[in-house]
Amino acid sequence: MKSLLFSLLLALSLPAWAGEAAPVGEDPAIEQRMIKLSEELRCLVCQNESLAGSHAELAEDLRQEIRVQMKAGKNDKEVIDYLTTRYGDFVLYRPPFKPLTFLLWLGPLLFLAIGGGIWFATLKKRRALKDIPVDEKQLAAAAHLLEDNK
Amino acid sequence: MIPELGHFSLIVALLLALTQAILPLIGAQRGNLTLMAVARPAAQGQFVFVTIAFACLAYSFLTNDFSVENVASNSFSQLPEIYRLTATWGSHEGSLLLWVVILGFWTTAVSVFSRHLPDDMVARVLGVMGLISVGFIAFLLTTSNPFDRLLPAAMDGRDMNPLLQDWGMIIHPPMLYMGYVGFAVAFAFAIAALLSGRLDAAWARWSRPWTTVAWAFLTFGIMLGSWWAYRELGWGGWWFWDPTENASFMPWLAGTALIHSLAVTEKRGAFKAWTVLLALVAFSLSLLGTFLVRSGVLSSVHAFATDPARGAFILGFLVIVIGGSLALYAWRAPKMLSGGSFTWFSREALLLGNNVVLLAALGSVLLGTLYPLLIDALGMGKISVGPPYFNAVFVPLMAPALFLMGIGPLARWKGDSLPGMVVRLKWALVISVATGILLPLTLNGFNPWATFGFAISVWILLTVLIGFRERLKHGGRMGTLPRAFWGMQLAHLGMAVGVAGITLVANYQEERDVRMNVGDHTELAGYTFTFLGTTEHKGPNYRAARGTVEVSKNGKKLFVMHPEKRIYNASGMPMTEAAIDPDFFRDVYVALGEPLDEEARSWAVRVFHKPFINWLWFGAVMMVVGGFLAASDRRYRIAVKAAARSGAVAQGV
Amino acid sequence: MKRWLPLVVFLVLVGFFAKGLFLNPREVPSPFIGKAAPAFTLPLVGNANASFSPADMKGKVWVLNVWAPWCVSCRQEHGVLMMLSSSQSVPIVGLNWKDKQREAEQLLAQHGSPYAAVPDDLTGKVGIDYGVTGTPETYLIDQAGIVRMKHVGPISPDVWKEKFEPKLKELGA
Repeated sequence: MKSLLFSLLLALSLPAWAGEAAPVGEDPAIEQRMIKLSEELRCLVCQNESLAGSHAELAEDLRQEIRVQMKAGKNDKEVIDYLTTRYGDFVLYRPPFKPLTFLLWLGPLLFLAIGGGIWFATLKKRRALKDIPVDEKQLAAAAHLLEDNK
Repeated sequence: MIPELGHFSLIVALLLALTQAILPLIGAQRGNLTLMAVARPAAQGQFVFVTIAFACLAYSFLTNDFSVENVASNSFSQLPEIYRLTATWGSHEGSLLLWVVILGFWTTAVSVFSRHLPDDMVARVLGVMGLISVGFIAFLLTTSNPFDRLLPAAMDGRDMNPLLQDWGMIIHPPMLYMGYVGFAVAFAFAIAALLSGRLDAAWARWSRPWTTVAWAFLTFGIMLGSWWAYRELGWGGWWFWDPTENASFMPWLAGTALIHSLAVTEKRGAFKAWTVLLALVAFSLSLLGTFLVRSGVLSSVHAFATDPARGAFILGFLVIVIGGSLALYAWRAPKMLSGGSFTWFSREALLLGNNVVLLAALGSVLLGTLYPLLIDALGMGKISVGPPYFNAVFVPLMAPALFLMGIGPLARWKGDSLPGMVVRLKWALVISVATGILLPLTLNGFNPWATFGFAISVWILLTVLIGFRERLKHGGRMGTLPRAFWGMQLAHLGMAVGVAGITLVANYQEERDVRMNVGDHTELAGYTFTFLGTTEHKGPNYRAARGTVEVSKNGKKLFVMHPEKRIYNASGMPMTEAAIDPDFFRDVYVALGEPLDEEARSWAVRVFHKPFINWLWFGAVMMVVGGFLAASDRRYRIAVKAAARSGAVAQGV
Repeated sequence: MKRWLPLVVFLVLVGFFAKGLFLNPREVPSPFIGKAAPAFTLPLVGNANASFSPADMKGKVWVLNVWAPWCVSCRQEHGVLMMLSSSQSVPIVGLNWKDKQREAEQLLAQHGSPYAAVPDDLTGKVGIDYGVTGTPETYLIDQAGIVRMKHVGPISPDVWKEKFEPKLKELGA
């Protein structure tokens, strides 16, 4: 009974001297920036994971390096340049828009345009089609069938 | 003994598949009834033997027979029984065997439910499916034999990847394959139509329910994969545009275009060439997906152990099947002439618009997935194409399709009036746009993505309701509305629910990443999370640090969560098992990061509040149920019954 | 004519897939080829007072081998490097990468050192500067300090003969 009371008191007092948990990143604003940027970067030692979510050691090292760079006042573009200088464009999950990737970025628009063209062409053809004239006898037979099935 | 029996059964199945493929196709070409009649028994026999083979492999896993290489590589004696069973399809070889079994199942189903079809059509459909079975069984026997022995036998297995030791593993692959493989039926029907030169509305009516059911299974399989990833991988993400995910999504996009195109072909006899091509493309994408994840040409979390020799075999198979079918299409397509005219504002035109958008989206996903390979193959270096690209491209492309989803079902066939439609829909439009603009303002402030998502979801909801109202006004009663209509409405509504869930979780998710000592607390979305430390916990095949996190609101204790950090005994692989408290309106998600000190009393903990995330899965399930409903519509069942009667008479003659 | 389009598109893709079977999607070329080897100054393993810097090697063709005592493939490579260090004159510098347990000195004392110098990259920062993602990775650097080649993975006698020797001949080493 006494031990129960004791543990109850202990449990109740815990919140009093346990604290508000501190954020993992020393600077929450930098941390948020870092995570947002890391989501667009590739973990280089994983099969296909972003730098933000990977548990790999190199990923942690690179995330730390990004924090250091951001604290030193570098903006997102400068951090990206820092990484691509060392690891190439492979590290970017958002391919940069350059001649090598014109087809990639413009492709979807192209597909939509081609599709739109096919849509218009098909419709033009359809409107020009003459309807098959309906046979009066067939129409009567159809009406008959509908009556039967009601 | 049992593995050898399995191996032998597979060989018998191959012989039966060859019979099923070759004789009926020749028979159909020559009009030889005897040869055509070989199709059904051969198909059913093949199914029996692949099932025996599968049962033998499953038996080897359940009895821990480590003299079988596949069992030794993928299982472990301490693995819980259910996962020892699912390990049967956890490897490249085993999952291919599952593929073959499911193909046998669909083939048998077609052989049973096809009495009302002309003999030559049945012969061709079963024959084509037989050809596909031949390819896969031959692949298994030559390069990927699941029954290879390991001599001397291993003492114990190398264990199953911890990520696969989950609920999801039990149902995701079978459902996914039911979908992938189910498109083989539509494919076979399309080939049969091309070979016979006959493609009419009746053909569309026959193939439609098969295609819709396959599509429903695929939707379910993809949803399960996404749900599983959410629980097991990373930090609660549910779609990463990984090549394997795309490999399943592309057939889905093609399949969705196909079921809509079939609607037009069935009702109006139009778009025949399109429908046939889409049927070929949907299954071709299933096959392509199989190639991509097993050949090693793309880098993926999900890829099976890769081997270029296997890749080469599959590629050869693709050339024969896909190349052959597309060549047949090019040769015979012009012979299919579609009738019926329609104006630019008609249901046909809107459905065509819908398909154009879906195919543009499909093309984009294919382009993004293959682009790194294309660049590398041209010797121009290595680049990555990841979620930022796909999200940027896919969402805007799908927008028109989602908008059309509201109008299409309400438009008349052949020709409707645009001004009339505007009148019918003006309130729906106003309310949708207003909700889209106002709702984010009441939440977190101006947010264009959220505006779009909300507007579209409300738009689809309202147009579905208008659809009901108009149907009932024109002399229907809820009870007499056809299942096809219910199915369509439910599926479209499911899409709206899914889009709403995605919009809410993507824009309003909150998270906190904190260091927690025993007794520390943190707050998120009105909840207070108190960390009560970790305890050592032993699972059947792992050791874990099991955390206790108490969640309370306004001082009142609500529930306790137990996130774990596991180390699996056989492989030493660590794994984070997140704790999730699900609810209709939100998920609370807690995951342990790394221990911050030697005694593991202090941990990095990540807590999430994910609003309405379950609407994603729920919306998908609505689409699945909608699909099954539509496929069970009266007119398909009557056709089967009537044909069964007349078929019986015809057989008697 | 557009009915042939799907088949044509497919066959073009097949061509790419066939080529792709011979490629490794994870093998990433180094962006430093043709560029100056990044500068650094690091203390040596076993002698914190001395240091190494790439500038020390100006005028010579040399090889930078990134390794670690905990790396299993590096053990395999070690024998080959020992043989190379005694049979040919191109100096091999061994960058000790992220050796948290401080095992490099003892390991080299035990098994012999093929290295002209062993700079100690404890934090892995120099590795990042060179775009290192794992061990072993080896860079071939010329007399002017330009990176000419990078090899990922252990060096075997075949790799040396087929990849390194031709390049060395080209550079006149």
